[in-house]
Amino acid sequence: MSNFRMHLLVCGGTGCTASDSLELVKMLKESIKKHEITNEVEVVVTGCFGFCEKGPILKVYPDNVFYITVKPEDAEEIITEHVIKGRKVERLLYVEPNTKKRLEGQKSIPFYKKQIRIALRNCGFINPEDINEYIAADGYQALAKCLTEMSPDEVIDTVVQSGLRGRGGGGYPTGLKWKYTRQNQSDEKYIICNADEGDPGAFMDRSILEGDPHSVLEAMAIAGYAIGAQYGYIYIRAEYPLAISRLEIAIKQARKLGLLGEDIFSTGFNFNIGLRYGAGAFVCGEETALIHSVEGKRGEPSSKPPFPAQRGVWDKPSCVNNVETFANIPPIFLKGPAWFKKIGTEKSPGTKVFALAGKVNNVGLVEVPMGITLREVIFDIGGGIKNNKRFKAVQTGGPSGGCITSENLDIPIDYESLSSIGSMMGSGGMIVMDEDNCMVDIAKFYIEFTKDESCGKCTPCRIGNTRMLEILEKITKGNGTEQDLKDLVELGDVIKDTSLCGLGQTSPNPVLSTLHYFQDEYLAHVRDKHCPAGVCQALFSFRILPEKCVGCTACARICPAHCIEGERKKVHVIDQSRCIKCGACYNTCKFNAIEKG
Amino acid sequence: MGLINVTINNQTIAVEEGTTILEAAKKLDIRIPTLCYLNLEHVKTVNGSASCRVCVVEIEGRRNLAPSCATPVSEGMVVRTNTLRCIKARRLVVELLLSNHPTDCLICEKNLNCELQSLAAELDIRRIKFHGVRATHEKDISSKAIIRNMDKCILCRRCETMCNEVQTVHVYSAVNRGFDTFIAPALNLPMDKSICTFCGQCVSVCPTAALTVVNEARDGGHGKNGSCS
Repeated sequence: MSNFRMHLLVCGGTGCTASDSLELVKMLKESIKKHEITNEVEVVVTGCFGFCEKGPILKVYPDNVFYITVKPEDAEEIITEHVIKGRKVERLLYVEPNTKKRLEGQKSIPFYKKQIRIALRNCGFINPEDINEYIAADGYQALAKCLTEMSPDEVIDTVVQSGLRGRGGGGYPTGLKWKYTRQNQSDEKYIICNADEGDPGAFMDRSILEGDPHSVLEAMAIAGYAIGAQYGYIYIRAEYPLAISRLEIAIKQARKLGLLGEDIFSTGFNFNIGLRYGAGAFVCGEETALIHSVEGKRGEPSSKPPFPAQRGVWDKPSCVNNVETFANIPPIFLKGPAWFKKIGTEKSPGTKVFALAGKVNNVGLVEVPMGITLREVIFDIGGGIKNNKRFKAVQTGGPSGGCITSENLDIPIDYESLSSIGSMMGSGGMIVMDEDNCMVDIAKFYIEFTKDESCGKCTPCRIGNTRMLEILEKITKGNGTEQDLKDLVELGDVIKDTSLCGLGQTSPNPVLSTLHYFQDEYLAHVRDKHCPAGVCQALFSFRILPEKCVGCTACARICPAHCIEGERKKVHVIDQSRCIKCGACYNTCKFNAIEKG
Repeated sequence: MGLINVTINNQTIAVEEGTTILEAAKKLDIRIPTLCYLNLEHVKTVNGSASCRVCVVEIEGRRNLAPSCATPVSEGMVVRTNTLRCIKARRLVVELLLSNHPTDCLICEKNLNCELQSLAAELDIRRIKFHGVRATHEKDISSKAIIRNMDKCILCRRCETMCNEVQTVHVYSAVNRGFDTFIAPALNLPMDKSICTFCGQCVSVCPTAALTVVNEARDGGHGKNGSCS
């Protein structure tokens, strides 16, 4: 093994790969070869850095210089300037938007300043396809400690003491789940890793599996030892090919080193892991539906009890935990439950990974301590709203969650606080909306999603969500009445109250929470037949303001419907009867002469 | 097995472990309306899909209503079956079912013998608030014995339980998802091309006219070979 003086860490997550990071790696390697420094410098393809907005990302180690939006053609300059001559490539550094200063260290960038990385600790740090790099980062030490120094009950006690709660959304104490599964006697038990990540916009599980697959394997083995299981399934979406291939490599490497398989660490403990692919049904993230799918049955939930801890996969006691939950396990054993408990809040210790998306400047994956406020996440880490627009709401918890308005931005984030304001933690999707978003349209989007993803088993979810969507469509087309709003509330309440599984029990939340916080906007749609945000096509129009129009003809030229008329240097007019409301004129006009409303 | 104390509508009863709320209520002569539930005691099979959500009841300390047919009692459980919340929820669930069901009751084969119809009457549903798309499936008249009219299916899954668990023929399973879900033979084959043995047990458990038998006097001539005398 050579001792490299410098490592170039290039993000190989799905986002950066899509913007040619692997081509960049190729160019870097060619350049290194050309300059004959192959013994000094190594290029490492890592997992996701989280700052997807600015990808592809390249970090120089040990110089701790963080380059953003690096293109393959920048490779030569990085090698000749930085690697060989030691001069930083200034133009690839992050520019702090307020001070316009170029920042070089990762930690100095506001996006990373308030983050604490536990679940994502190795993402962007190690090569996920090399088990030795994971081991070098203390990998499999926690498993060794559990197997050789601790009894299964002690392992469970440690997790209970840490206060770790399920990161998939429900927030159920992980230690208790392990304890109940351990208590149920059976010749066979199973550990299941829920990697059926389905919330629109959320991708933390994928990033963990792509960037640090071994941490999940190690945690599953620890859980297996704790509850008395010898086999684990990872239920992963088939749409995650990169995560699947990295998991396959990781399982193979771990088996080869005897870290999975028979007689691990010569303790007599056997544990194997197999992959099961999901076909991308959102409902299969629900644990009973997931179990049925693992068994090859239709992915439909069933009534609880019996809980999986009593009767799970193949009717045997099973413990289902989320990817992010598992990723938190090894550090808890290495650093102790007291260390973990100190981070976050009293009732929700630790961190949570959020997928920050929507109208925010820094889109990406952030891991923050529980108890941080939404304001800090959106404005400090996220860099505020794009194009200096006004913040309107943030949707947390995906299609199961609700919208949170500016009045609640300073509430510390944890499981309870989010539920108390009509939303939920969910798996950590966080979609930011600005003044240009219509809340009725947003509610319609989410209901459309849950309506499509309903398995069709129980009546309220199957028919109720369809009816809710129909009412919302009626409203956005300008045919809604105030009675429709009452019907939405009644329907939403009953769907929540009577549905079989978590999908139906939470699906009306986006509608109910927007109805609660943005009643005026709904009323504008039904009473005034007007969409204040200018999103619902039937409920707004474009108008040229005669006093501002200079007759430049730009709008008339771009209009695809040819419905703008007017002579050069004279006021133009839109023929409303032919306008398709595409907004091309509005975006083209340089004189703010086109009004939307 | 030990006895478990449960209080339903202020009456307390001790029942065996594993008893459902519905069964316990029955012992107290408390009627809870059901639809998908079916207990075939003689063959020890229960249709426990808990899919219709008609039999929902309120349990103290639980956030959501629970299906009484599939929820086992636990020690000290306090249940209410007749609160406004339960009744309103039940009515709305049946209203939703009706909003996706043909309204040709008068000329329907199951008229006056339909469980959905009598349930709607029992819950005093006089108007269907919700209007919207309805499932439209081609009527399967391919076989000489069983007619499948999936427009009238309420997805109680009784036919599936009967066919798969009791008769073990495994003809029926759910196809598609969400609003588009329906019950069909594998690959949505017509009945005459399926592995169906035409035992007719699915028809006997169907609560509506989704599955009916061919009536030669009425339907004669629809089959390719005419009479089956």
